[in-house]
Amino acid sequence: MSRSQFLPILNGQVLPLSEIPEASLEDFRKTIIQGVHDGLRLVCLCADAELRLFAVLAEDAAQQLRVGRTKLVQASFPSITPHCVQANLFEREMAEQYGLVPQGHPWFKPVRFHASWMEGRDAWGRTSIPSPAVMDFFTVGGEEVHEVAVGPVHAGVIESGHFRFQCHGEIVLHLEIALGFQHRGIERALVGGPHSLSLKHAETVSGDATIAHGWAYCRILEGLAGVQIPARSEWVRGLALELERMANHVGDLGALAGDVGFLPTASFCGRIRGDWLNLSAAVCGSRLGRDWLRPGGLRFDLEPELAKQLLPRMARAWEDTQDAIELLWGAASVMNRFEAAGHVDEGQAREIGLVGVAARACGIALDVRKDQPFGPYADHPIEISHAESGNVHARAWVRWLELKESHRFLTEALQGLALTPVDPAPSPLPALAPSSLCVALTEGWRGEVLHLGVTDSEGRFSRYKIVDPSFHNWFGVALAMRGEQISDFPICNKSFNLSYCGHDL
Amino acid sequence: MPESPFAHTLQVLLHVLTALLLPPLLPGLINKVKALMAGRSGPPVLQLYYDLAKLSRKQAVFSRTTTWIFLAGPVGAVSVGLVAAMLVPFGHAHAPLQFQGDVILFAYLFGLARFLTVLSALDTGSSFEGMGAAREVTFAALAEPALFLGFAALAKSTGSLSLSTMLAHTGPLFKFSGPLVLVLAGWAIVYMAENSRIPVDDPNTHLELTMIHEVMVLDHSGRPFALVLYGASLKLLVLGALLVGPILPRNLGPLRDWLVFYLGLGILAVAVGVAESVMARFRMTKVPQFLVAGVLATAFAFLLMLV
Repeated sequence: MSRSQFLPILNGQVLPLSEIPEASLEDFRKTIIQGVHDGLRLVCLCADAELRLFAVLAEDAAQQLRVGRTKLVQASFPSITPHCVQANLFEREMAEQYGLVPQGHPWFKPVRFHASWMEGRDAWGRTSIPSPAVMDFFTVGGEEVHEVAVGPVHAGVIESGHFRFQCHGEIVLHLEIALGFQHRGIERALVGGPHSLSLKHAETVSGDATIAHGWAYCRILEGLAGVQIPARSEWVRGLALELERMANHVGDLGALAGDVGFLPTASFCGRIRGDWLNLSAAVCGSRLGRDWLRPGGLRFDLEPELAKQLLPRMARAWEDTQDAIELLWGAASVMNRFEAAGHVDEGQAREIGLVGVAARACGIALDVRKDQPFGPYADHPIEISHAESGNVHARAWVRWLELKESHRFLTEALQGLALTPVDPAPSPLPALAPSSLCVALTEGWRGEVLHLGVTDSEGRFSRYKIVDPSFHNWFGVALAMRGEQISDFPICNKSFNLSYCGHDL
Repeated sequence: MPESPFAHTLQVLLHVLTALLLPPLLPGLINKVKALMAGRSGPPVLQLYYDLAKLSRKQAVFSRTTTWIFLAGPVGAVSVGLVAAMLVPFGHAHAPLQFQGDVILFAYLFGLARFLTVLSALDTGSSFEGMGAAREVTFAALAEPALFLGFAALAKSTGSLSLSTMLAHTGPLFKFSGPLVLVLAGWAIVYMAENSRIPVDDPNTHLELTMIHEVMVLDHSGRPFALVLYGASLKLLVLGALLVGPILPRNLGPLRDWLVFYLGLGILAVAVGVAESVMARFRMTKVPQFLVAGVLATAFAFLLMLV
């Protein structure tokens, strides 16, 4: 067993690169394949310009991560994907970014359709700048099979993505999803940093998960700078993250109700989501929590008086939330729709490495707050909410359970914060540790957010990798649609509610 | 009842004006009820009139793949709908056009309108519109028997094959109130399906993959689209007249007949709004079962009339 090649590391811990043994390519591959086979999860696999590969495996049972690295001698390597499906998108991403060809990859297509970052080295030998979704799609033959192409422009106000269905009548045989329309080059913009705009870049990876990404970025910087955050500030950060979760889960349940045409919950939740967003705005002035956090602490602390004022406001919002959402569970017509659609079984979910709400809905107890505790969650633990059936109803139900759990956390936090004086304002961060690596995971409302920073000899980022939960979960949407009615696609998609820009970076 | 030529002309004029001007009010009412039920203030009741005025000033955009059939859809559907509107009695005033057997013409005018809409949808070559067309004709095939069996039951009870006598029947109601309830229940289902309302379809959805009727008109714009919207509201009125006609109180006198008819339509719109507010849409695979329930209800009504 070669797992010892991969160094154990805690969530948010920093390691000098020199301490991470450079495994041979063969060992590196074997460790990943064996590790995933043994129940670990591949949470990150990325390359950098010097042909180094980094991999992070999550060993949830032991509450630790394992980091390994290797160095390629040429721009190709034997693909891991045939033995470990979780590597699929990571390998295609490495091929797209650095022109590294995973030989034997069974589904070798671009991910985001941008030009290679390495001058003159393209995994597909392309010479012009590629256009998103221009590729060979998987097709099903036969007279009666028809193809439905949806997007990138949709009929609603949603992000751009292209969906290609192979249908037999109303039944979907296969769905292929082509994204990349929202690619902004965030990872590259962070290289050479931290810059003055880096926090903004991190927060806008996916705007609805501002706190989750902003916090992960802050923890990378704090880890590399060796700064400890006072417990009260960590608690405020936890409060920010849970408020974000409340607002988004409420919005999602409302949107799910809207998609099946159940108006009461749909209309109420639209407003109530605003109430939760306004609680964030009351503290930091931004409904999405922009600029609430900053590396080293908080930009806007939560004073005890404000915490006292927020308590009754939150109680009102929670009462409304309960009223609106309980209508949903009481409506037989809604339950009928939710229970009939979008099934993903647990085995598949584990194999493709689903995270977050989607994984918990399949009965996989997986939550960074519990498995890799960070911030306030070690002292103020959260119970993992999960359901078994893996369908739309399970994903909605998990959101409801999480709402209750987050509300409990928020009440405790506000009561606690109302009694403790604020921490002194944070001082500027010292210089970052040179030639080091730091991994930070947070549990955003969609699921696991991973940031990985590698510094060069001057303490600047030579590589910054972001993995949004959507990156793991989009394939889950495709699986959930197999054999389903095409008219159920909107509720399946909404039950995952993945981020296009979080995937596209 | 003998009528003076002047009164008759007035009746016809009122009928035509109602068919031309009233329909856009009905979706407005339904939407207002839905908004109030959901705690919103919602768009104005007259919104569809504003929309039609706006669209009529807009230029239409035609896809290069379409032919004249694409335009024939909305134009044909509205003209056919207007003819059908002339066959239906509004309340207890006789329809402007009536003859024995006009009930068959009425039913097939709707068939023709659907045929034209489906053709214009297929003309775009879009996969969405093709899907919508397939769904529309599948469900129509199940809704049509309910309409016909209801007509058969009414024809049997009134001994007439003209809508004006069948619906505006002046005889006593109680004789056939049992079957009538079944007929109206079956037709209520047809009403929901034909007008693409929840639980069969969702007129407000933006999700092109789940639509039935709306998806067939996605490519229309400008004036043709105004016709589509007007045609849809006309269907709400004409089929609504079918539903409320038989249960309106009789022999009130011409003026009060009209008032009661408008009131009946208003109540129908409110009922549709309430029904849409309290339940979710069916899964597409359940829609046929729902429609078959309508067929069964009307079939039983017909059987009861035969006994």
